[in-house]
Amino acid sequence: MDEKTVSIEVDGKPVEARAGQMLIDVTDRIGIYVPRFCYHGKLSVAANCRMCLVDVERAPKPLPACATPVTDGMKVSTRSARAISAQKATMEFLLINHPLDCPICDQGGECELQDLALGFGRGVSRYTEKKRVVADKNLGPLVSTDMTRCIHCTRCVRFGQEITGIQELGAVGRSEHMEIGTYIEQSVDHELSGNIIDLCPVGALNNKPYRFSARAWEMAVRPMISPHDCAGSNLYGHVLRGTLKRVVPRENEAINETWIADRDRYSCHGIYTEDRLNVPMIKRDREWLEVTWQEALASAAEAIAGAVADEGDGLGILASPGSTLAELYLLQRMAAGLGTAHLDHRLRRTDFRDQQADPVWPWLGSSIAGLEQLEGILLVGSNLRTEVPILAHRVRKAALAGADVGFVNPCDYEYLFDSAFVEAPFADFTRSLAGVLAAAAEDLDKPAPEHVAEAVSGAVVEAEHRAAARVLLGKERTLVLLGHIAQRHPRFADIRVLAAALAELVGGQLGYLPESANSVGAALAGCLPHRGIGGTAAQAAGYDVHGMLSSPRRGYILFGIEPDRDMAESELAEAALMSADAVVGFTAYVNDALLECADVLLPIGTFAETAGTYVNAEGAWQSFDAAADPVGDARPGWRVLRVLGNALGLADFDYRSAADVRDALRRELGEAPPPDNSYRGSLSIAALEPVDVDPAVLDVPIYAVDAVVRRSEPLQETVLGRARDESEEPLAASAS
Amino acid sequence: MPEHDLVCFATRGFDSEPWSLDNYLSVGGYRAWQRVLDGELDRAAIIEQVKASGLRGRGGAGFPTGLKHSFMPREAPMQKYLVCNSDESEPGTCHDREILRLNPHSLIEGMAISAYAMGATVAYNYIRGEFIDEPVPRFEAALQEAYDAGWLGKDIRGSGIDVDIHTFVGAGAYICGEETGLLESLEGKPGKPRFKPPFPAQHGLYGAPTTINNTQSLASIPTIILKGPQWFVDVGVEGSSGTAIFSISGHVERPGNYELPLGIPFRKLLEIAGGMLGGRELKAVIPGGSSVPVMPAGNIIDATMDFDAIKAAGSSLGTGAVVVMDETTCMVGMLRRISRFYYAESCGQCTPCREGTGWLYRVLTRVMEGTGTHADLDMLVDVANKIEGHTICALGDAAAWPVQSFLKHFRHEFEYMIDHGGRSIVAAPDAAAA
Amino acid sequence: MSARAFTPELSAQVCAEIDRWVGKFPAGRQRSAVLAALHAVQHENGGYLTPELMNAVADYLEMPPIQVYEIATFYSMFETKPVGRHSISVCTNISCMLRGADDIVAHIENRLGIRTGESTPDGRFYLKQEEECLAACCGAPMMMVDHRYYENLTPAAVDEVLDGLD
Repeated sequence: MDEKTVSIEVDGKPVEARAGQMLIDVTDRIGIYVPRFCYHGKLSVAANCRMCLVDVERAPKPLPACATPVTDGMKVSTRSARAISAQKATMEFLLINHPLDCPICDQGGECELQDLALGFGRGVSRYTEKKRVVADKNLGPLVSTDMTRCIHCTRCVRFGQEITGIQELGAVGRSEHMEIGTYIEQSVDHELSGNIIDLCPVGALNNKPYRFSARAWEMAVRPMISPHDCAGSNLYGHVLRGTLKRVVPRENEAINETWIADRDRYSCHGIYTEDRLNVPMIKRDREWLEVTWQEALASAAEAIAGAVADEGDGLGILASPGSTLAELYLLQRMAAGLGTAHLDHRLRRTDFRDQQADPVWPWLGSSIAGLEQLEGILLVGSNLRTEVPILAHRVRKAALAGADVGFVNPCDYEYLFDSAFVEAPFADFTRSLAGVLAAAAEDLDKPAPEHVAEAVSGAVVEAEHRAAARVLLGKERTLVLLGHIAQRHPRFADIRVLAAALAELVGGQLGYLPESANSVGAALAGCLPHRGIGGTAAQAAGYDVHGMLSSPRRGYILFGIEPDRDMAESELAEAALMSADAVVGFTAYVNDALLECADVLLPIGTFAETAGTYVNAEGAWQSFDAAADPVGDARPGWRVLRVLGNALGLADFDYRSAADVRDALRRELGEAPPPDNSYRGSLSIAALEPVDVDPAVLDVPIYAVDAVVRRSEPLQETVLGRARDESEEPLAASAS
Repeated sequence: MPEHDLVCFATRGFDSEPWSLDNYLSVGGYRAWQRVLDGELDRAAIIEQVKASGLRGRGGAGFPTGLKHSFMPREAPMQKYLVCNSDESEPGTCHDREILRLNPHSLIEGMAISAYAMGATVAYNYIRGEFIDEPVPRFEAALQEAYDAGWLGKDIRGSGIDVDIHTFVGAGAYICGEETGLLESLEGKPGKPRFKPPFPAQHGLYGAPTTINNTQSLASIPTIILKGPQWFVDVGVEGSSGTAIFSISGHVERPGNYELPLGIPFRKLLEIAGGMLGGRELKAVIPGGSSVPVMPAGNIIDATMDFDAIKAAGSSLGTGAVVVMDETTCMVGMLRRISRFYYAESCGQCTPCREGTGWLYRVLTRVMEGTGTHADLDMLVDVANKIEGHTICALGDAAAWPVQSFLKHFRHEFEYMIDHGGRSIVAAPDAAAA
Repeated sequence: MSARAFTPELSAQVCAEIDRWVGKFPAGRQRSAVLAALHAVQHENGGYLTPELMNAVADYLEMPPIQVYEIATFYSMFETKPVGRHSISVCTNISCMLRGADDIVAHIENRLGIRTGESTPDGRFYLKQEEECLAACCGAPMMMVDHRYYENLTPAAVDEVLDGLD
C-alpha cells in the first residue's frame, strides 16, 4: 500500500483514500451522497453551511465532511442518527428565514435547497417569528437577485476571490444581518460572472434575461458546443417548445471545467431577434422579394453558375470560421466541383505572405487542461480575456500555481495575476517582440537564427524585454502563444517568424489561439485557397480573402458573414461585393450590408439550430445536434448547401445528416493530421519599420465577435458591451 | 494587601503610577526574563516549567498553557508568532483591562518569555478596540519603556535573542476573542473563525505557526519562572494552580477584580466582595462569563472556585467572571439579554449560529411580551441543542449553554411569565416565593 | 515607507498613521493595518465612514474595496452612516443590566430626546446601540463616551459628563 494511502470506513464500507483528502471528496468518489451547500469542488473550503455534518467515530461532535481530512482507521457514518439529526438541524435553520416562494422562484425544480429540504426538512415549520427580508441588489444586466433567498454559502464570494481574481461580491455586515452584495451599487462585470448563477444553490442569484420565462422541468436539455471561441466550451441548452431559453455549462474537466463565459451563456438572447431572416429573399430590380426556398435556390444556383460560366475563377467563397465542419467541407467540395480555388475562412487576417508556412491546423500548442501544467507562457498579441475567456482562466490558474506568464501586447490589459508585460505598440509590434527574442538570445548566449538575425541585432533590449524572456528561460515546459491581435496584424508573418524563433531558442512550444470556434475545422476541411483537405497542397493556389477582394470576382458566396462586421477589410469587401454580378448570402440575419450587396439571401440557422461539429484549439472534434428549432423558414446551413449542390448538379452531394458529412470528411482525411506547429518557413526579416494599423480591426471587443453575440441585448448592456458602443476604440480602456 | 502573593496584580496596590517600569522592577519584574536572557533556561526548560506549574488558560477554556506552548514547532526555522488575546469581551469579564492598565509590564515580560520559548521572534497583543482610550496607550507606553530599557528588540542585552512586540487594536467584535477569529482580524479581515484543523500551531497568523494566549495567562508566566512552578502549584488547588483574577459583578456590595488563589470557597469570595447587595438573598451565579451555564444559589454556595469543582457543580470557571444575581433578578430578562448578545455578535458565517441565535432571541422576546407558550420552552432547548456542537467555533455553544441552563434551573420563571401574560415572577405579589 | 502613490482623499496625517501601523506587519501584509486605518479615517471624519473614504483606504492598502466594506460593516466601532459627533455607548450587558443600566439609557434618551441608535438633530450626540459588554463590569453601570470610560454611573453623573461636551 502506498504510504500516502489510508484505509477508512464509510457507512460500513472499507475505502482507500489519499491521506489528508477531505472526507466529502472520498464519499463523492464512492457514490455516497453527503448533502452540502457551501462546498464546491472548484472553490476553497468554507465549511460554513454545516449541511455536510457526518458522524466520525471518537469525534465529540459531528464533523463537516468538506473540512475533515481523512486519517487512517477513521470510521465514518453519514447516515447515523447523530449525522442525520445534525443535517436536519441545519436544514431547519436554513429554512426558517428562507421564503416559501418556490412557486415563483426561477430556481424551482433545480434548487439544491428545495431538493435537500425534501429529504431533510420538516413538514411544518416551527418558526413562527418574522422572517428576514433582504433588499435586492442591482448587479447589472446579467444576474438577477432575490437576496431574501440567500443562504450565505459564500460560493459567489469565493468565486470572485478565487476564480476571477476580482472580488465583486462580499459578505457585508455580520450575524443574521450579513448580506451578500456589493455594498455600493455595482454591477458584476467580469466576463465569467454569470457562473455565480450556477454556483448559487438557491434562487438568490439567477439568470436575469431568462427570469420568469420558463420552468426548469418543462424544458428539454440539449448538449451544445460554444460557437464563440476556439475553446469549444461544452454547454447545455434548455429548450422550451423548440426555443432555446437559456444556456448553462456542461461539465467537461478537459475543456471548460464547470465554467462558461458570459458570452456563451447569454448569446442565446441574440438568436430570437427582430432582424432574423425568416424566409429566403431575392433581389429583383433593386427590390427584395420574399420567395420560396425553391425559387431562392434556383436563383442562387443561377447566380453561381453565371459566376463560374467560363471558368471557376469568377467565383469567390468566403465562409465564417464559426461554421460547422459539415458546412465548411461542403463549401470546399462545392468550390472544387465548380472549379474555383478562391475559398477562404480567415476573414480577420490580413497578412498572408507566409501562409505556406502555416501549420496544417492552428494548434494551441498544448491541451487546454495542460496549460495549467506549463511553467512559462508568453502570450504574443493577445487580449486573452476577450478572445477566449475560458482559456484566460486556465492561464490564470497556471500563474497562481507558479507559472511565469508574460504578455507582449499593445496595451497592458488587466490580468488578475502577476505577469510580465512588454509594450508592443500596434504599429510597431515586431520591434518589441524582436527585443524579447534578442533578450532571450543574450541570456542564453546563443545567436538568434540567421533569418531573423538582422531584426534581432536592430532590436533595443530593455528591462521589460528581459523580464518577458525570463518567463520562458530555464524551464522545461513553455509556450509562446500567438493571440488574435498577432494573427490579425498586418505584420503577422514577421511576428510569427520571431515568435517561432523565440520558441525554438528556448526549447518551448509555439502555439496559436485559433480565431474562432471552428478555425481548426476550416483548415482541416480545406476551406483555404492554398490547401485542400487535411492540408494537402492545392494544385494551383487561389486567392486568399485579401486577394479575392482586391481582385474582385464576378460572384461571391458569403456563408454566415456580415461583411461590414466580420472582416478585417470591410471597406474593401464592400467595394468588391458591390461590383460583383452576383452575391449569394447564407445568413441567419438581415443585415444592411448584405441587403446592399447581395442578390440572394438564404436563411440559415444559428449555432443552436443546426447539428454539426467544431474542432477546438486542442484538436478535439465535438459534435452536436440541433438544440432548437430553426426560426421561420430558416434551415441548417449544411442542408441548404447540400440542396444547392444538387441544384448545381454537383456529384455526390447526397448526405442525410450533418454527421454523414462529417464522416465523409473524416474518411477523406484518413489519419487525422497530428498537431504540429513547428515553423518550417524561411521568411527573412530585415526592416522593422512601423506599419499603419487600425487597432479596432485587431482588437475586437468581447461582445462583437460574431453576429449572434452582437445581437444579444444583455451582453450589449454590460460594461464590456457598452464600452464598445461608447467608443470606436477597441477595449483598450485598461491600457496604462 | 491580601494575604497571598499576587501574580498579575503585583503592582496594583502602588499609589503612584502602578504601571511604571520602576514599580514593576521593584516587585521582581523582568528578573525571570533576565534569567532567560542569561541562558539559565532554554526553550524546552521554560515550557517544562509552565507545564509543571499547571497553569491553565484564563481566557475561558482552561486549556493547559504549557501543553499549548509545546505544540509549537519551536525549533523549526520558519517564522512563528505569539499572539496575546486582550480582546476581553466575555460579558462579566474585566480583569485583562486591569492588567493592561495597572501592570502592563507583567504581560510584556510574559509575552517575551513565551515568545522566546516557542521560537517566535514577533508577538502581537490584540487589544479590543473599545480599550483605545486608556488601556491601549498605557500598554504602548509600557512597550516603549521596555524597548528603551533594552528588554525587547533585536539581540536583547547581547543574548542573541530577538523579540519584538506590537500592539494591535480591534474594532468591536466579540467573536475576535475566539482565537482564529482574532487571527483573521489581525490579518485585516472580518473576524470570522477558521475551521480546525488546521490548528494555529500549524497554520496560524499569515499561515505561520502561531500560539494565542490570554492576557492573564501570559502575565502569570514571569512569576511562575521566577518563583518556580511548585510555588504556583502550591498557591492553588489540585487541577487549578495559582491565582486567578475574579471579576465579581452584579448584586454584591463591592464589585471588583480580586486576584485570589484558585480553589477559594465561593462563600469566601462573596464575603471579599462585601456580601450580597443590600443583604438580599442570592438567587443565582454565572461563574465564568455569560457563556457558561448559570448556577442556582444552592449549587454554588458550597462550591470552591476552581476548574474541577465548578465543573462538578454543573458549570465552568470560564473567565472567572462571577456575575451575582439576587432574588430580585428576572431570569427571563437575563436570558433574553444574553441571547440578544449572541445574536448580535454571531459572525454570521455558519448556519446554526447565524439563524439559531436570532430565533432564540425572538422567542424569548415573545415570552417577555406575553405571547409565549409552554411549547416554546421545549423548543428553545431543542433549538439550543441544535446549535450546540454544530458550528465552526464555540460561539454556538456559548449561545446554547445559557438557554439550556436557565431553562433547566429556572423553568418555573419562564412558565410563570407565560401564564401571566408577560409578568415576571419577581414582579409578582408573592415574589418571595420564587 | 513604500513608494505608494499618495491618495488624495486621505490626509497626510492619516497616511502617516496608517504607515505607522503598516510598519508593524511583515512586508506584503499591509492589509493588517486596515482596522487602524479605518479608525484613523473615521476619527478625522467626525465619527463615521463614507464609501469614498473606504475606497481611499482600499486604494492605499491595495485591497479590493468590497473587502474594506466587509470590514467596516462587520466591526461595531465603525459607523457607515453619518452620526452625531459625540458617540455615547451605554453598556447594557448583564453586569450593567443588574446594576441599572436600562435606567441610565432611559435617562439619556429622555435628556437628549432621541432613541438608542439615533443622533440628536443638532448633530452633537449619537446614542449608539451597544451590544457588547464593555469590560468594566465591576464599575457597573458604565458608559463609553468618545472612547472614554465612565463607571459607577448615576443619572447625575451622566448629566455632568454630557454637560462637559461641546
